[in-house]
Amino acid sequence: MSWMARLKQGLAKSTKRLADNITGLATGTQPLDEARLDEIEDALIAADLGPAVAGRIRARLATQKFTSYADDGDIRAVVADEVEKVLTPVALPLELTHRPHVVLVVGVNGSGKTTTIAKLASQWQAGGKSVMLAAGDTFRAAAIAQLKIWAERVGVPIVAGDQGGDAASLAFDAVKRAMDEGIDVLIIDTAGRLQNKAGLMDELAKMKRVIGKLDPSAPHDVLLVLDATTGQNALSQIEVFGQVAGVTGLVMTKLDGSARGGMLVAAAEKFGLPIHAIGVGEGMDDLQPFDAGEFARALAGVEG
Amino acid sequence: MFDSLSERLGGIFERLRGRGALTEIDVRAAMREVRVALLEADVALPVVKDFIENATQRAIGAEVIKSVTPGQQVVKIVNDCLVELLGGDDEPAPLKIAVTPPAVIMMVGLQGSGKTTSTAKLASWLATRERKKTLMASLDVARPAAQEQLRVLGEQLEIATLPIIAGQTPVQIAERARQAARLQGFDVVLLDTAGRLGVDEALMAEMAAIASATNPDEILLVVDSLTGQDAVNVASAFKERVALTGVILTRMDGDARGGAALSMRSVTGAPIRFAGTGEKLDALELFDARRVAGRILGMGDIVGLVEKAAANFEAEQAEKMAEKLAKGQFDMDDLRMQLGQMKKMGGLSGLAAMMPGMGAAKKAMDSGAIAPKLLDRMEAIILSMTPKERAKPEILTAKRKIRIANGSGTTVQDVNKVLKMHQEMANAMKRLKKMGGMKGMMKMLAGMGGMPGGPEGGAPGGEGPGGAIDLGAVGRMFGRPGMGSLPPGFNKFGRK
Repeated sequence: MSWMARLKQGLAKSTKRLADNITGLATGTQPLDEARLDEIEDALIAADLGPAVAGRIRARLATQKFTSYADDGDIRAVVADEVEKVLTPVALPLELTHRPHVVLVVGVNGSGKTTTIAKLASQWQAGGKSVMLAAGDTFRAAAIAQLKIWAERVGVPIVAGDQGGDAASLAFDAVKRAMDEGIDVLIIDTAGRLQNKAGLMDELAKMKRVIGKLDPSAPHDVLLVLDATTGQNALSQIEVFGQVAGVTGLVMTKLDGSARGGMLVAAAEKFGLPIHAIGVGEGMDDLQPFDAGEFARALAGVEG
Repeated sequence: MFDSLSERLGGIFERLRGRGALTEIDVRAAMREVRVALLEADVALPVVKDFIENATQRAIGAEVIKSVTPGQQVVKIVNDCLVELLGGDDEPAPLKIAVTPPAVIMMVGLQGSGKTTSTAKLASWLATRERKKTLMASLDVARPAAQEQLRVLGEQLEIATLPIIAGQTPVQIAERARQAARLQGFDVVLLDTAGRLGVDEALMAEMAAIASATNPDEILLVVDSLTGQDAVNVASAFKERVALTGVILTRMDGDARGGAALSMRSVTGAPIRFAGTGEKLDALELFDARRVAGRILGMGDIVGLVEKAAANFEAEQAEKMAEKLAKGQFDMDDLRMQLGQMKKMGGLSGLAAMMPGMGAAKKAMDSGAIAPKLLDRMEAIILSMTPKERAKPEILTAKRKIRIANGSGTTVQDVNKVLKMHQEMANAMKRLKKMGGMKGMMKMLAGMGGMPGGPEGGAPGGEGPGGAIDLGAVGRMFGRPGMGSLPPGFNKFGRK
């Protein structure tokens, strides 16, 4: 099954719902009245697009030439079109520009950081890069063990300390080792934290500072991992992690569930941060580059 | 936790309150705003629709037209609807753990919703509050180290965990857990299942198989309060496969608007039992629908605050304060007395949580931006002054300030900040002097609203309407830069 098929399958429920909501709204002969526009807007909000983007699409539908003749296909197309327009500028792959290229992975608890790291490691390694992991989540019980298991499975070296240890000094050691050993990519895990916990966010800022001591340009990428089931709070996550850790790009996980990840659209509009990849399954190949057009069409239920 | 929603609804009702009689148009206008607010707060769309319909029907008509204060009436109606939606006033029936041991509690939920942590928290709660001998077993064979994680948590909490045997299926582990619990005399056995996606048929079937094999007394759905519109799908997907008996909402200590809380109950029909409120393993609270609804509305526990304050505020002090206020005097001892009152009322954080719109301050305190020890340190500074200095702070010279700073273990800057705060408060007192005693005190507390949102904020206390205790000054004093701006309309609060 291609990854697009998986994404589609993952989004099937939502697509169906969005499509269902849109289907039947337009009769084909009547102009879209306020009530129908309301329902379309609702359908968009229900896909987590956020009220602002939903409102814009609604406004567009209200003024378009097909106001007097809009069938379901037209509406899906305009939705997909509008979504794609928002997403295209942010659909950028993660490029390795340094050696070692240091990637710091941050996010709230349970967003899928560790699994994402494993997938990235596996893909880069398959692409001929030497990869090293650093188990910077020294807080959660068994987080280190979890990453060690992944490192073993993928077959890459890992720098790990003890649970409860200092994450910043571990990151420092890892960067040093990666430099000494001529590693291509170092991926540093961090403990999940809610963005409104100042103390934990400070720790993250410290980690970043300490990494910068060895290589002022590091970390070269700070990835924020977002859970697709998250609603509008994702915006707050991007904002605060952005301020504290200088997030350079987003990865969205768990898009193979029933969640739609529509808040990526809201996030793209508000922050314009690159969306590097989306995760659509458990397998190592299920983390894929983000394609704005495909995502938009899958979200809106456009055929083909 | 629901600050953003409070802010928004607070603003809407502010507008409503300003008008005389409420018409249907007013109600509909307000409800449109409520609707967007709920949607932005990630309340699921179908739930929002029901809610709005219900509330509108109740608000339009005799109830409102006959009401003396229409705004309050609408607030009440929306509040009542919210309370109903969140589970009503009635205490949910206790967890079914008083069965022939072992009682089986099965935890289900999506990946990353916080099941394992919640399992450990619940086990600890059962062991300490309910005095139950509790066994935990992880049935998660999918995620690497998941069983190990529960074992470590068990060690930390001194709660028994089922020994890990590699290669067993979840159903086998579940049966072994029940067996072990029965043989070893455990009261409760908690089954932590693997996280699964609602669309994953194989795992959902496995979950159903575990449920039918162990016949749990409780099946608790663990839901992340950050969840967006997907909450309805999650709830229905799980409800379809197993007989959910309750919900645990995790990460209620985050800054999510928490719309998931509203959605869950109405979709699952099961009570929301607990709220996870922190990383620590005792951060599990019983879910209180009434209180949460109150916060959502932004009306805070204003009633509770009044009652609590009244119980704490000795009449004698009130009299003394009234006298001083009448004279327009307010010295350092009065400031200290106020700080003492605040401490009795649960400290800054407890007090702030009860104040409508004080979410930002609460947030700042929870996150450590304002030290909870702040009141103690301010008190220490005042106590390091001589009685004369307290009565007449203007005599404080640089030399005296250094002495005070040394005496209280603070810095001269801190001393200056206390003085500035006192000055600001004294100014406010002068404006308030017409309102003596209890009433004035309440106004004063209500006027805590002068707190600017961040380092750049800083409506000077002098401008803060009735801003008696300038929390902004407090925040600037020892705290780090504020954590986000204050809700609009917050400053208006003290004006009435």
